[in-house]
Amino acid sequence: MATFLGINLFGLFGQLLVGLINGSFYALLSLGLAIIFGLLKIINFAQGAMYMLGAFAAWLALNYLGINYWAALVVVPLVVGLVGVLMERFLIRPIANEDHLYSLLLTFGFALMLQGLFTHMYGSSGLSYSIPEALSGGTKLPFMYLPDYRAWIICASVVVCGLTWWMIEKTKLGAYLRAGTENPQLMQAFGINVPLIVTLTFGFGVALAGLAGVMAAPIYSVTPDMGSNLLIVVFAIVVIGGMGSIGGAILTGLGMGVIEGLTKYFYPEASNTVIFLVMVIVLLLKPAGLFGKEA
Amino acid sequence: MKINKFYVVMLLLALVAPFVLYPVFLAKLLCFALFACAFNLMLGYVGLLSFGHAAFLGTGGYITGWLMMNSGLTPEIAILLGTAAAGVLGAIYGKLSVKREGIYFAMVTLALSQLVFFIYLQAPFTGGEDGMQGVPRGNLFGLIDLSDNLNMYYFVLAIFLFGFWLIHRTIHSPFGQVLKAIRENEPRAVSLGYNVNDYKWVAFTISAALAGLAGSTKTLVFQLASLTDVHWHMSGEVVLMTLVGGVGTIFGPVVGAGVIVTMQNYLSGGELGNYIHIIMGFIFVVCVLAFRSGIVGEFQKVWKRNFG
Repeated sequence: MATFLGINLFGLFGQLLVGLINGSFYALLSLGLAIIFGLLKIINFAQGAMYMLGAFAAWLALNYLGINYWAALVVVPLVVGLVGVLMERFLIRPIANEDHLYSLLLTFGFALMLQGLFTHMYGSSGLSYSIPEALSGGTKLPFMYLPDYRAWIICASVVVCGLTWWMIEKTKLGAYLRAGTENPQLMQAFGINVPLIVTLTFGFGVALAGLAGVMAAPIYSVTPDMGSNLLIVVFAIVVIGGMGSIGGAILTGLGMGVIEGLTKYFYPEASNTVIFLVMVIVLLLKPAGLFGKEA
Repeated sequence: MKINKFYVVMLLLALVAPFVLYPVFLAKLLCFALFACAFNLMLGYVGLLSFGHAAFLGTGGYITGWLMMNSGLTPEIAILLGTAAAGVLGAIYGKLSVKREGIYFAMVTLALSQLVFFIYLQAPFTGGEDGMQGVPRGNLFGLIDLSDNLNMYYFVLAIFLFGFWLIHRTIHSPFGQVLKAIRENEPRAVSLGYNVNDYKWVAFTISAALAGLAGSTKTLVFQLASLTDVHWHMSGEVVLMTLVGGVGTIFGPVVGAGVIVTMQNYLSGGELGNYIHIIMGFIFVVCVLAFRSGIVGEFQKVWKRNFG
């Protein structure tokens, strides 16, 4: 057993890996939340349910339609994104001019419905989705064994987050999006179809959650409440990072995953609560969040 | 005068109700009504949506339950201490959460209540997943036997009336006027020299303590304290009760609690029990889309149009 200064390196690296994996999902979900918040100024309480929907959709696609993991990576986010588009168009837009708290409550109710529906149909015990064959192996590193699928999750998440960041910060489409965040009325006056951009943005943010759901299906058990438990942690992460910047959401997500992993190794009793405690400290020291812009 | 007559009629109804309906059910209803009223103090009169009020309901319940099982205190003292514990937690959480506004406030309170959930899940004294079972009701002031359901009901009614009166007093006091001013126009309240965060903080603490009072009482009624009370589902339920009854109306949360608790009781017995969360989610969506004033709010509108 390799040890360094009395620390079991196998255990430590193992937990770091778990932390990075969790962090990848935190990053994908909080990125989706931040994008939606930027334009619509609402928090999508259904983001967790959309993640759950993504995982279930992948399972259903495999078992009923024979759609394999790789195809599901493309198809499922599109389907989940479509659900998001319909939700924005027919549920959120009618109350866009009301207090934003109402749209928050609406998405919460929607999440309850989805979660209740899947609990009713598939029970709460969980379904299993096997790891795709091409990624079922692993690599032996000096201090740990790295399963291919876990490496893939981290890489895929970093690439997706990076591409999204690039698209928003560096492309013309992203410029529209940022302009819409600053001043939607003015942009509308310039002849840009703002409602369409809002709908598509919502769909894209939700599709990210759907993608995270597909990626999660092989390593976490697919259960109706997989999303709600994760989402509350992601909310804490959003409060920690603040929603001022896209890059901030990604970095905070990954960083909190690592902190959680380290806690699991050094003081496992606190691993459930450490992110909430970090949130408390951040609220005390820097209430607007690490990357927040508001006062 | 009209309002006063209305209250007298309601009070008379509440006094005779246990001879018609099952007292434990009525006591449950009153506990949730008080919980919803406490929650409404924040959402309806300060305009802040707390998504973590289950933490206070559960804290009151656990502390009172533990005291009844282990200390030999009389129920009224146990309830008082449970309420105080929830108030202290509310003061700490309030201090943290009023630093953020709007949807951030909702997220902070939700995250903080999840922290409480995990602590109670792991703490040895709560009984973890099993909860605290067989909590004795004890004798009120050492004299009145609360294991009698009718006695219990009247005790709960007295507690509810006290809580309701306190909220009524708070809202109609100068303090309550400032709260409403903050809800309507916060920058203006700031410019008038009010320390807005302090007002929000005090309101949050009162609201949390009263939610704890509801939880403490509920533990005695059911002789049980469990993780259900601190789960985020419970925080969502109280939002729904208030929304259905009418946000920002004094009587709305009572009506909303009545509707939701009755519905749950009715559904959980029948075949539709499996659909309960789907139905509740559906009511949420419908209320937000088409029924934002709630039952009492809509009723007031109709009343004003025809008789006002």
